[in-house]
Amino acid sequence: MPERAKVSTAWAAEAAGRPGPAQDGGTGAVACASEFEPVIGLEVHVELSTKSKLFCGCQAAFNAPPNSHTCPVCLGLPGVLPVLNRKAVEFGIKTALALNCEVASFSKFDRKNYFYPDLPKNYQISQYDLPLGTSGYVDVSVDGGMRRVRIKRVHLEEDAGKSVHESGTITGSSFSLEDYNRTGVPLLEIVSEPDLRSPEEAYAYLSMLRSILRYLDVSDCKMEEGSLRCDANISVRPKGSSVLGTPIELKNLNSFRAVEKALAYEFRRQAEILARGERITRETRHWDESRQVTVPMRRKEEADDYRYFPEPDLVPLEIEEAWVNEVRSTLPELPGVRRERFMRDYGLPAYDAAILTESKDLADYFEAAVAAYGGDAKAVSNWVMGELARLMNATGTDIRDVRVAPTALAAMLKMIDDGTISGKIAKTVFEEMFATGKEPRQVVAEKGLVQIVDEGELARIVDEVIAENRDVADEVRAGKDRAITFLVGQVMKKTRGRANPRAVNRLLRERLSSG
Amino acid sequence: MKITIADVDHVAMLARLRFDEDEKAGMAEQLSRIVEYVEKLNELDTGDVSPMAHAVPLRNVLRDDEVRPSLDPEEALRNAPDREGDFFRVPRILESE
Repeated sequence: MPERAKVSTAWAAEAAGRPGPAQDGGTGAVACASEFEPVIGLEVHVELSTKSKLFCGCQAAFNAPPNSHTCPVCLGLPGVLPVLNRKAVEFGIKTALALNCEVASFSKFDRKNYFYPDLPKNYQISQYDLPLGTSGYVDVSVDGGMRRVRIKRVHLEEDAGKSVHESGTITGSSFSLEDYNRTGVPLLEIVSEPDLRSPEEAYAYLSMLRSILRYLDVSDCKMEEGSLRCDANISVRPKGSSVLGTPIELKNLNSFRAVEKALAYEFRRQAEILARGERITRETRHWDESRQVTVPMRRKEEADDYRYFPEPDLVPLEIEEAWVNEVRSTLPELPGVRRERFMRDYGLPAYDAAILTESKDLADYFEAAVAAYGGDAKAVSNWVMGELARLMNATGTDIRDVRVAPTALAAMLKMIDDGTISGKIAKTVFEEMFATGKEPRQVVAEKGLVQIVDEGELARIVDEVIAENRDVADEVRAGKDRAITFLVGQVMKKTRGRANPRAVNRLLRERLSSG
Repeated sequence: MKITIADVDHVAMLARLRFDEDEKAGMAEQLSRIVEYVEKLNELDTGDVSPMAHAVPLRNVLRDDEVRPSLDPEEALRNAPDREGDFFRVPRILESE
C-alpha cells in the first residue's frame, strides 16, 4: 500500500503540470499509459456440445421455438431430481487435461442461490470448492515469444435461460419474455489467473483457448450464438509494481475484437484516473459496442450473497485414475504441439505453422495435401494460406466444405512443377477447381490452359508481338530495359497466360539485342 | 450464537420474505435457539473428519447423453402466471433510472 500511495502522488504531481490529461483527446492517455500496465484475467464460459442437457434429457438445441425443450427438471418444478450427464463430465475432464489441469479425484456440485427470471429454480447448480480441474496452464504465442497463462479452475455448471426484453434493453422494458430452452445446457467455466498483460495477449489467449476447445470437439465456440462467452477482469498498476490494483469486471463482450477493444479502452480510462492521483472504484462495467466505451452497470444495493451449499439432489463424483486415463487416451494432438511439429517436420515459419494449426480441419487438410504432393511443404502452405484462404473468405466457405480435395491441390502443384501449367495459370485453374470441384487435369484440358512448351510456337508469337509494337521494341533496343515488361505482358495476353514468362523474356532479349 | 434482527432482515431480504417487527423478533429468537442446538456439534473433535459432501453414501450416479422427449410448450406454460406467445412473461427485471 505505501508503495502505491507514493507512486500515485508522483503521478498526481506530474499530471498537474499537464493541461488536463483526461480531456486532451487521448495524447495524455498514451503518455501516461506507457507508465502503467494492465493486469488481465478472463472468465470464459463455453456451452458443451452434448446432445442432451446437463441434468435432464431435454435436447440442448440452439434456435428452437421458445420453450419447446423444457421438462419438469430444467423448469425446476417441485419433486424432480437431476441426473448428471456422463458425456458432459467427460468433456469437462478432457478440457481440464488439455489445459494441463489437475483433475479432481473427488468433485461435487453446489447450489448458487439468487433470484433472476432466467433461472426458474432460483438457484444454479454449479461447482464451488471442488471444481473438476485446477492449476492448469496454456502456452500462448504472443508478440515476440510465448506467454504461459495459468488456468485457475475449470468447472461444470448449468446455463440459464434467455431473456428477451420488451423494448430491447433491460432498463427500458416494462416486462421481459423468458425462453427456458437454454436452461440446463451444460456449461464449462474456464477461469484464468490474472496473467495477461495487454489486450492483444487477451485476444491471443482467447484464440488459443478456442482453438484447443475445437480440437477437443467439446464445443463449437460460436461467440455470435453465445456458445462461447467471455467476461474480463482488469486492473491497472504502475509498471514494475507487484501490487495488484482494484479490479474492474467487464461484461457484454460479444466478440474477440470487443474483448480486445473494451480492455484497451478500460486500460486507458484507469491509467488516466491513476495518473491524476485518484482511486479506481471497484465495479462492474458494461461494454457499449455502439459508442465504443465502457459504462458502469447499475448495481443492486446489496452485495452478492450466493449462500453456496452442496447440492443435495446430486451425489458426489469420484473420478478414478482409470477414467482420467481413458479420457486422456482420446486427446488429439493439440494445436501448440502440432504447431511445433509443423515447424520441425515441414520446416515452416512460425507464422505459417500458427495459422495452419489454428483449426484442426485446416491442419488436417494441409497435412493430407503435403502427403499427396511429396514436394516442398512450404509450397503447399503458400497455396493453402494464399489462394485457398482467399477464396474461402470471399465465398464464406468453411474448410470442411471446400470442394478441392487435398489430393487435387497436390496434383495441381505437380503440374506446376513439371511445367504443364505456369504458376500464374495455376491460380485460374485453382479458382475453377474451387468453384466446381473438378480435377486440375480436367480444368486444364477443358480450358486449354496447358503451358506452351514448344519453343518454336512461342518464338513465332514473340515475333508477332515485336512486329506489332515497333516503337516499344525500339525503346528496348535503345537501352530502355524496363520497356521489355510491356512486351512480355503482350505475349502473355496473346497466349492467355499459357507462356512461361521467363522463356518469353529470354526470347525477347535474344531478338532485341541481336536486332 | 445469537441471531440478531439485522441477521433476520438480511436473510429475509435474500429470500424475498417480508416480516413485521413482532415476527422478526420471534424469528430471531427461534433461529438463535436452532443454531445454539446445532452448536452442540462443536463439542466434537472433527479434526480428522473430512467435510461431508452428501448424506447418502452413493457416488457417480450418471446417465448417458441421450435425448428424451420434452414437454409440449403448452404443457410447460400451463402454470405460468403470465405468458406471451410461447414465452413466459415476467415483470420488469431492473427498475429504470
